Amino acid sequence: MAKVIVMTSGKGGVGKTTSSAAFATGLALRGFKTVVIDFDVGLRNLDLIMGCERRVVFDFVNVINGEAKLNQALIKDKRVENLFILPTSQTRDKDALTKEGVEKILDELKKDFDYILCDSPAGIEKGALMALYFADHAIIVTNPEVSSVRDSDRILGVLASKSRRAELNQEPVQEHLLLTRYDPERVERGDMLKVDDVLEILAIPLLGVVPESTAVLRASNIGMPVTLDEKSNANKAYTDAVARFLGETVEHRFMKPEKKGFLDRLLRRTA
Amino acid sequence: MRSTSQISERDAPFQLRGNNFTVMVLKLVAPDDPSFFPQLLSKIRQAPNFFKNAPVVLDLEELDESAGPADFIDFVVTLRQHSLIPVGIQGGTTAQQNAAFEAGLTIMPTGRPSREPEREFQRPAPGRAPTDPLPPRTPSPIGEAPPAPDFQKTTMIITEPVRSGRQIYAARGDLIVMGPVSAGAELLADGNIHVYSSLRGRALAGISGDTNARIFCHSLEAELVSIAGLYRVSEDLDASVFKKQVHIYLDDGYLRMDPLS
Repeated sequence: MAKVIVMTSGKGGVGKTTSSAAFATGLALRGFKTVVIDFDVGLRNLDLIMGCERRVVFDFVNVINGEAKLNQALIKDKRVENLFILPTSQTRDKDALTKEGVEKILDELKKDFDYILCDSPAGIEKGALMALYFADHAIIVTNPEVSSVRDSDRILGVLASKSRRAELNQEPVQEHLLLTRYDPERVERGDMLKVDDVLEILAIPLLGVVPESTAVLRASNIGMPVTLDEKSNANKAYTDAVARFLGETVEHRFMKPEKKGFLDRLLRRTA
Repeated sequence: MRSTSQISERDAPFQLRGNNFTVMVLKLVAPDDPSFFPQLLSKIRQAPNFFKNAPVVLDLEELDESAGPADFIDFVVTLRQHSLIPVGIQGGTTAQQNAAFEAGLTIMPTGRPSREPEREFQRPAPGRAPTDPLPPRTPSPIGEAPPAPDFQKTTMIITEPVRSGRQIYAARGDLIVMGPVSAGAELLADGNIHVYSSLRGRALAGISGDTNARIFCHSLEAELVSIAGLYRVSEDLDASVFKKQVHIYLDDGYLRMDPLS
């Protein structure tokens, strides 16, 4: 049975789209047929991060409106087998999303895919509500910073009250915390919240800690999910997170400042 | 204040509803003292907007039988000249109550014996004279029926974390929360509030005016705590109770926070 995952945060700019791209790629690399959907209608970004922006013909909204068939809008990733992207519309707004329309598409995708990853827009309004409504799992992307934590807490409350599982009184949406842009050195200096501080407030299981990394920005700009950048720590962190999501026990890393060896310092290896 | 919501008559040209208001109580200690009004005026001048046309209830509990205002009508008029609007009295002898009624004031139910030499507030039966019936409460519409609402189970229990942005109101009873209460969440209860975890949001107990309501929590990190309208924000929390197991209650009009030991 296909699982619907929502990547959400409440706050903007914390790394939802980057994480969606990386996580979906990670799942596909593990052999699961995965589709990632951009719910940020009007602010189309996922296709850029996935590097398929030049292949977008039809989009999510076209399919909802019946202007295109689903498989006309789905874009198959060229690098990773089993990975598909459903881009969104740049010209419409969130009102184009309807519960019925979204449900119809998800139901159709469920027949074909193992995982459906919904990349949520920021906020707690319609776009975000539509992205999380049908979710079985929610990955809460949080930065180690108070306002991000507060907003994540808010979106957890929304999940617990406004998701379909909540409305139908079913088993609650499974929550996972993905702490991104974590800089252990700044944490040690006291500039950033510690993992434990965030966990204490949000009280949900930790899926992974993604270190602040120059590789992420580079990957975004060249349109490559960071999971494909084999050298970067961010890649390792996402790969670990995917493994944990699939039920494997993987020790958490990147939570302490790296001991810089002589060679590291000499080569100034980027994270 | 106790509000009795009556049967609602849907077809009537009006609607009767119970509601709760916070009203200042003016406790009369020596109303005939010549410095009474000058002192009152200087108090009012400290916060003229706050006192402007504020309704007040006159509390006669502390007065001797003979020490009431000589002329209630006159007293009420003078208070009105000081921009206070007396609406009722609390306590007092029958004679005082009659005089107040003549002056257009209502008699507010106090929930305690109207005039008892000993002043036993919360302790039930034992201290009371055996001949004395239950304290006069709001007249029960059901005649002699026992005061059932006191035993109605209205406690609300929340087992999951209370997330930011959520508001929970336990009407006519206590609120028990077993998970953490996040910053930006709000707990409201007519009765007590218990949080068996961290309290980081707001907690307002006794919001209908029950000054005996209390707040208990395992770790006090609240943004705001309030009992019967008296509140304190986190900035004013004492460092000695921060992140401690704390018990919050009203003591003689002050919000007290004691560690639970």
